[in-house]
Amino acid sequence: MLKIKNLHAGVEENEILNGINLEVNPGEVHAIMGPNGSGKSTLAAVIAGKEEFEISEGHIEFEGEDLEDAAPEERAHKGIFMSFQYPVEIPGVSVTNFIKTAINESRKARGEEEMPANKMLKLIREKSELLEIDRKFLSRSLNQGFSGGEKKRNEIFQMAMLEPKLAILDETDSGLDIDALRIVAHGVNKLRSKDNAVIVITHYQRLLDYIIPDFVHVLQEGKIVKSGSKDLALELEDKGYDWLKDEVVPQ
Amino acid sequence: MGSKHTENIDLREKLVSSFLAFQSHVDVDHPVHDIRSEAIRNFEIKGFPNRKEEAWKYTSLGKLQKIDFSIFPKKVNALEYSDVKQYFLHEMDTYKIVFIDGIYSSYLSETTHDGVDICLMSAALTKPIYEPIIELYFNKAAKGEDSLTSLNTAFSKEGAYIYIPKSKAPIKPIEIIHFATGKESSLMLQPRNLIIAEENAELQIIERHQSLTSNDVLTNAVTEIFAAKNSIVDYYKVQNDSSNASLIDNTYISQKQGSAVHVHTFSFGGNITRNNLNFYQDGERIDSTLKGVTILNNKQHVDHHTLVHHQQPNCESHQDYKGIYADKATGVFNGKIIVDEVAQKTNAFQQNNNILISDDATINTKPQLEIFADDVKCSHGCTIGQLDEEALFYLRARGIPRKEAQALLMYAFANNVLESVRIPELKLRINKLIAEKLGVHLGFDL
Repeated sequence: MLKIKNLHAGVEENEILNGINLEVNPGEVHAIMGPNGSGKSTLAAVIAGKEEFEISEGHIEFEGEDLEDAAPEERAHKGIFMSFQYPVEIPGVSVTNFIKTAINESRKARGEEEMPANKMLKLIREKSELLEIDRKFLSRSLNQGFSGGEKKRNEIFQMAMLEPKLAILDETDSGLDIDALRIVAHGVNKLRSKDNAVIVITHYQRLLDYIIPDFVHVLQEGKIVKSGSKDLALELEDKGYDWLKDEVVPQ
Repeated sequence: MGSKHTENIDLREKLVSSFLAFQSHVDVDHPVHDIRSEAIRNFEIKGFPNRKEEAWKYTSLGKLQKIDFSIFPKKVNALEYSDVKQYFLHEMDTYKIVFIDGIYSSYLSETTHDGVDICLMSAALTKPIYEPIIELYFNKAAKGEDSLTSLNTAFSKEGAYIYIPKSKAPIKPIEIIHFATGKESSLMLQPRNLIIAEENAELQIIERHQSLTSNDVLTNAVTEIFAAKNSIVDYYKVQNDSSNASLIDNTYISQKQGSAVHVHTFSFGGNITRNNLNFYQDGERIDSTLKGVTILNNKQHVDHHTLVHHQQPNCESHQDYKGIYADKATGVFNGKIIVDEVAQKTNAFQQNNNILISDDATINTKPQLEIFADDVKCSHGCTIGQLDEEALFYLRARGIPRKEAQALLMYAFANNVLESVRIPELKLRINKLIAEKLGVHLGFDL
């Protein structure tokens, strides 16, 4: 589904990603861990198509297509979703209207009809129940005055509504208390299927107790220095990141 | 275009000499005529303001003065309601005072004398029954040295006259609409409005100038609003005119104790638009609110000059203007606040935020504070920026294309000014105008 080959990317002269190789197949959950500044969020943003970052070498393929020239909205239309670490506040636009717009723009781009209102309502009800979101919450302005936990839950609600093929969760666990974490993780797990994949980006192992990864990768200085099973996350929790400093994954 | 550009005409001279002809159409024995005569003298001396004056530094009337405007409405032109329905707030019932090329249209209007007077200035300036009120209020707030106000005063004859007696409120909002049909190749209009809300009275007004032609139109309007003790006045100015229509709006508001006057100015189009909005607080516990959303493109120009004069203690003023400028559009915001020495415990707030979405767009923004009292809270701030790239990326990552995402962010930027619009139908209408102006269909009613 997603193939990243020898990806070098950065801002102007400053290279942040230093030759990333990663393959994600349908049905898999990958966790990407690493210390602050290792390039985790950059990797997520580059996959989602943030134009601030320039790819100097290597490429990203999604379902066999090179993503290089695809705008962020085109990637979204193909089924790539990124849950933001810092979701943006949009006063005057309700959560419901925002998600309606997002869904119908994607449908439009795929040459489909707009989703009928009753179907949309049903979907909103179903997904908001899954994430234990109050109806009143849905008529509030998007992210405006939301607590950290509400913002993250709202991100996963959007993900549930959009049903992406590939979901990238960028530090979704930061700012969540244990109850919110459980709800968010439950939401993500409910949406897992053999056809879609999830990349969980996190600093801590905690979220991985709830969203069990098939693979764990450690990112350091813009490179994946170690890959392993879910046990690697526990090891990292125990030992920290320093012991991996000199590791290099064989190409 | 249909306008005649002649090198030799001088609009000032033409106006001054037209005053002689004008006198034969009005009652020169009426007390108001002395005021007119004095006003034309002031205009004759001063002429049109030019860019050497600080207050007109960024707005030039030079080109307009080269146009050979018709100064008097010549003939009665008719319009079918179905052709202009879109310019009315037709989603709801309203009183309507409608003018076509400067002449009152009884066919399109709905006035009343039932407990309140919602009618015509021409009646108020001629019928003896109105004389005491006219004597008390006419030109009392607008008096002064401003040459364009004087010009309007000199030719004051027609416009809206609204009188709300003590503790009364009209049952529905009042629309004041001026249409220009283009039957004249270029037309100058000078409507004069007088609005009086007596103690505890309450009213809502929506004003609109609409040219239906590509011929040149220049409107030099003066509106005086008197808000007596504890009255509430909501005034909405919808400026979305065609690209050859220019407007100079001079609004003077005199407030007494405990009154609240809210003026919203929505500037979405026109050639040159100049808004001179002046508040004078003459009493305690007064609330003056000035809000504006300006969205311009092409070569449109809007100049907001506001003045709030705090003359008594314990009053408030709130100014919040948002501007979005595209293409080669230019904007001006100049917000003057005067706090007299006696006006202790004044709370004056002013904010002007702007987004430039093109490298060729310009905004000149300037707060002007003259504070002579020592126990006051005055805050002001202005920002000029571009759309937040991070926010744009967020929306695009959800599948919303760049153009729609930009529009959504601009809408969000302007939104808080809309929150205080107290007529839901109008709010919806403004939302639609904003979406239209931003050139997007967002798939839902904002």
